[in-house]
Amino acid sequence: MNQTALHNILTIARREAGGFFASPVAYVFIVIFLLLEGFFTFMVSNWFAIGQANLNGFFMWHPWLYLFLVPAVGMRMWSEERRLGTIELLLTMPITPWQAIMGKFLASWAVLGLALLLTFPMAITVNYLGHPDNGIIFAAYVGSFLMAGAYLAVTAMTSAMTRNQVVSFIVSVVVCLFLILAGWPPVTDMLVRWASPVVVETIAAFSVMTHFLGLQKGVLDTRDILYFLSIIGFSLFSTSVILRAHRAG
Amino acid sequence: MIKVQNLKKRFGSKVAVNGVSFSVEKGEVLGFLGPNGAGKSTTMRMITGFIPPTDGNVSVGGFNVAENPIPAKRLIGYLPENAPLYGDMSVVGFLNFAAELRGLSGDAKRKAINRVVEMCFLEPVYHQSIETLSKGYRHRTCFAQSIIHDPEVLILDEPTDGLDPNQKHEVRTLIRTMGEKKAIIFSTHILEEVEAVCSRAIIIDRGQVVANGTPRDLKSRSDISGAVTMRLSEGYPSSQSTPSASVITAKLGALSGVRETLVLNQKPLVVRALPCKDGGQSSNGQLAREIYELVTRETWKIEELHTEEGRLDEVFRSITLPDSKNEKTKEAA
Repeated sequence: MNQTALHNILTIARREAGGFFASPVAYVFIVIFLLLEGFFTFMVSNWFAIGQANLNGFFMWHPWLYLFLVPAVGMRMWSEERRLGTIELLLTMPITPWQAIMGKFLASWAVLGLALLLTFPMAITVNYLGHPDNGIIFAAYVGSFLMAGAYLAVTAMTSAMTRNQVVSFIVSVVVCLFLILAGWPPVTDMLVRWASPVVVETIAAFSVMTHFLGLQKGVLDTRDILYFLSIIGFSLFSTSVILRAHRAG
Repeated sequence: MIKVQNLKKRFGSKVAVNGVSFSVEKGEVLGFLGPNGAGKSTTMRMITGFIPPTDGNVSVGGFNVAENPIPAKRLIGYLPENAPLYGDMSVVGFLNFAAELRGLSGDAKRKAINRVVEMCFLEPVYHQSIETLSKGYRHRTCFAQSIIHDPEVLILDEPTDGLDPNQKHEVRTLIRTMGEKKAIIFSTHILEEVEAVCSRAIIIDRGQVVANGTPRDLKSRSDISGAVTMRLSEGYPSSQSTPSASVITAKLGALSGVRETLVLNQKPLVVRALPCKDGGQSSNGQLAREIYELVTRETWKIEELHTEEGRLDEVFRSITLPDSKNEKTKEAA
């Protein structure tokens, strides 16, 4: 990647991030994310009462919170450009579509990362109250960030399909829900009754749950990381194909 | 600078552009005319590389837009239809963004932004959010973006759409001045704009170029081009009898250069003499002279005598509405 490409990606990312903070989207997302995190961790997981020095009760909610919050952040990424016609402005600049896709994706991912970083009081509290394994906490944070990126890339793809943000939101929620349920223990337990374990395992291998649970246990397995990165790569590649097809008419 | 060869675009089964070819050199302002849905915007989008053509070639500054888009796009400034903008940015923020994507930085960027802000009269809204701008300012902000890198090629899709008459005048002046050094294509529905700004005009209809020439060439295709219109005075002295309309038309019709005479108005009497078709441009002055001689011979009193240049809107209608014309003649038959 040469310097112009990097410069273009950063210019687009800066504009996109500026858009998040100029409108209330970023603030609303961060506040709601932190409030819901707090609610589920303390009220539903009963984190204090359990009395364990880990953050499982905190991280277990991430796949579900992201299911709604990440599409809400990403749904406008391309649909808004198409609705307003600014996509015509953007893609007639001397940049490649790939640079635009990366710039916009990275900006939104950074907002998600910022929200995740702001949960740092959880890590401090658990260290103050007990002696947790900080390696596990770190791995879980990495996993959570990668999972958010995977959801976001899926949303980028659905957002490129339509100029309607609501459609983009709903389709990405459904796709992400599939990615969760395919490996969610209650569903896999049910599937085992009809299908051979190999089939169930193959389906589960496509699920974010399988891979996030691995990372949540503190194992920074290359396969899990590769899984998330390949979801991101595949979805962003599809985004570029969809955008090209849309322009070709 | 711009070469368009046999450009075609099909959307599903609908052919939007069907074999358009033309070229524009530096120092030319090409007006792009045509009814709505004729394929103007689609052609422009293919020139700017936004949509790929189904068939044919576009090259800008020697770079093929489809195969080598980045260097071609560097040369182009583009104002898309309806001037799309990022509403959440300020005017200066947006211009900064455009300048950076155009590879400008530091001092060069600052100078470029100052230049376009001045050219497009954007000082009063410099820090204002784009969402809160009036339509005229929005349009000019988008226009400013298209010239921020002082491009050699400028593609403007309806640059004066939605502007008030003063702003239209400003934009036209701007286009005309820039047209001396750049290759400019702009589309419009306002025909007087073509006469005021363009060095050449293309009329495109149902995806095909149906006329290509200077505004004067196009106007001379008009039916009334070269016709002489005469307004007669009403105030004859009592010693002289007022010539009747029938006498005047008969005498005019007897002239060798006149094909047909029409009475446009009775009081005051306005008569138009249409020239013989084979006459051409050179005999236009001839016809006026001939009529003037007739007038002096007959001692008619006239208030006005002028040769019609032809009207672009009439040419536009006659070229782009062949079907309705045929239907009318069919009905008449």
